[in-house]
Amino acid sequence: MSTIEKVTAPKPRKPWAATPLDRSKTAGIVIAAALVSFVLVAITPMKGKLAYAAIFFLAYLIIDFVVSFQKAGRPAAVDSLFRGLVTTAIAIAVTPVVSILVTVWVRGHKGLHWTLFTKDMHSNSFTDPVSQGGLLHAIIGTFLLVIVAMVISVPIGILTALYLTEIRGRFTRPIEFLVQAMSGVPSIVAGLFIYAAILIPFTKTVNGIQGSLALAILMIPTVARTSQEVLKLIPSDLREAGVALGGTQFRSVALVVVPAARSGLITAMILGVARVAGETAPILLLTGGSGTKNYNVFSGSLGSLPNYVWQAFSAGTPESITRAWAGILVLLIIVVILFTTARVLGNRKVGKK
Amino acid sequence: MTTESEENQGDEMEATTSKGSLSEIAAARTQKQPGSNALGVGLEARGVHAWFGEKHALANVSLDFWPGTVTALIGPSGCGKSTFIRTLNRMHEFIPTAAMAGEVLLNGEDIYAAGVDVTKIRLKVGMVFQKPNPFPSMTIAENVLAGLKLAQLKIENKDDLLEECLERAGLWAEVKDRLNTHGGALSGGQQQRLCIARALAVRPQVLLMDEPCSALDPGSTLRIEETISQLSSSVTIVIVTHNMQQAARVSDYTAFFLSDGGPGQMIEVGSTNDIFSRPKDERTENYVTGRFG
Repeated sequence: MSTIEKVTAPKPRKPWAATPLDRSKTAGIVIAAALVSFVLVAITPMKGKLAYAAIFFLAYLIIDFVVSFQKAGRPAAVDSLFRGLVTTAIAIAVTPVVSILVTVWVRGHKGLHWTLFTKDMHSNSFTDPVSQGGLLHAIIGTFLLVIVAMVISVPIGILTALYLTEIRGRFTRPIEFLVQAMSGVPSIVAGLFIYAAILIPFTKTVNGIQGSLALAILMIPTVARTSQEVLKLIPSDLREAGVALGGTQFRSVALVVVPAARSGLITAMILGVARVAGETAPILLLTGGSGTKNYNVFSGSLGSLPNYVWQAFSAGTPESITRAWAGILVLLIIVVILFTTARVLGNRKVGKK
Repeated sequence: MTTESEENQGDEMEATTSKGSLSEIAAARTQKQPGSNALGVGLEARGVHAWFGEKHALANVSLDFWPGTVTALIGPSGCGKSTFIRTLNRMHEFIPTAAMAGEVLLNGEDIYAAGVDVTKIRLKVGMVFQKPNPFPSMTIAENVLAGLKLAQLKIENKDDLLEECLERAGLWAEVKDRLNTHGGALSGGQQQRLCIARALAVRPQVLLMDEPCSALDPGSTLRIEETISQLSSSVTIVIVTHNMQQAARVSDYTAFFLSDGGPGQMIEVGSTNDIFSRPKDERTENYVTGRFG
């Protein structure tokens, strides 16, 4: 074995990176644009945050265009103009999302209280001071509703995806079409379906399982479509290899294809859960909104986070509205945790291909 | 260490390739005669046709594979070699529009006869694919033994089988210390030998190899060829290859396939020596001398 001669390594550098001069120029353009927006708002009748933002973006685009035009000519100027436009578009798209998150936090954190997670509302009303009573019954209810919906919809969704990708029978196309169409079904339709099919003719009362069934209807298309996309990514080589080793199609799918797609299937499951965790319309129709802890999905009114929020807002006092915001905040945190879990599991690689 | 030895093998192979004409390469190999290695099993194709939808891909191929020999299928792209090899273990029907005609006899019995259990056929006639395809969710050891699990075979001593198969595939020395790591971390050539070990673990009588080296570098190719030579005493091997030197180096018999725009046909079959030194058909001669294809 030959040994590699020792050389003194030069210092790594990035000749293509922005120099301090470039950076200060960019900073200068931003400051200039900000100044222009202040001046224009001050001397013209345009007022408000929206005016500041709009003028700032316009001024930034124009100044940036002129500066790069002088520096490197028209192509470079157009290039930076479009970069500016795209950045602006992103800012506009992200603003509402950030605004929602900030508003929920600002209004909801006042209502956050340790007893939210330890107490329910059976001896309190929504108009009581925020420190009394809690969300426990609603958190339990939401978890029960979602878990039962998951138990129903995940097997159906994944089996549907397996039919579409592995069996590819005569009904593949119509089923694919149906699944796509179903993913656009408004949640109130799912709620009314269960209402008309189960609540009115049979139970004649609210309970948890009816809500779970409605949520399952909404979850199945999400789980099925995401799983189908994941299974499509598994190379057909692997299926052939499994079958060529003397496995039946069932064993080949169960031992080779599904394990290879495992992390993606978990992601599909969690995306389905996140899709329905905050659904309100079917819950309002079907499960009731008890303030007492109820662990039985098959009987009795079952409180849930969306229902709690709705009731608290309806009560209309400052205390109850703070409660509502706190409820939204807790629901949002649960959904964010689920999405993060989905991302982490989805990014984990199962070997290299 | 490994890199160096692989480099040497690469050189060695280049030496082999540059040594001379295909007929010389073929003549340098001691060719087996029919029945010289009586395993008592044989594979025969009788008048095999194959279709994909309306397209007639393969016409009337009849070919015998002698037990314990290596048969190479050569010919230009699109001449039906791969289609033919896939009819031999019923992988052809994996494509939804596929159809076929004719008979494939394994130990004298038609594998397409009514009531034949297709999974049993594929256990007896194993396959190695063009692209290495180890199962990504499994470790090296699990990959080798995957066939047992898939086919629900019970076996006494898994460790012995594991070592034996990796040894026969020429991979044992390289992976024995990391049997429980994932197969994806291996090089392409090692992955392909892992796939060969996987195919051997269910003890097939015939091993079909569909261009097993086309995705590999010369060093890995040479290792696979050595593996094929070692295996040929115990398994009947059918190998599709685009590399005529490879056919000359590893095979006892060679069949030449060609398509004139219509369905692919088998033009000529004979001992590898004859095909490369004195082919009977003009088209075979043109192909093996490099005048087309």
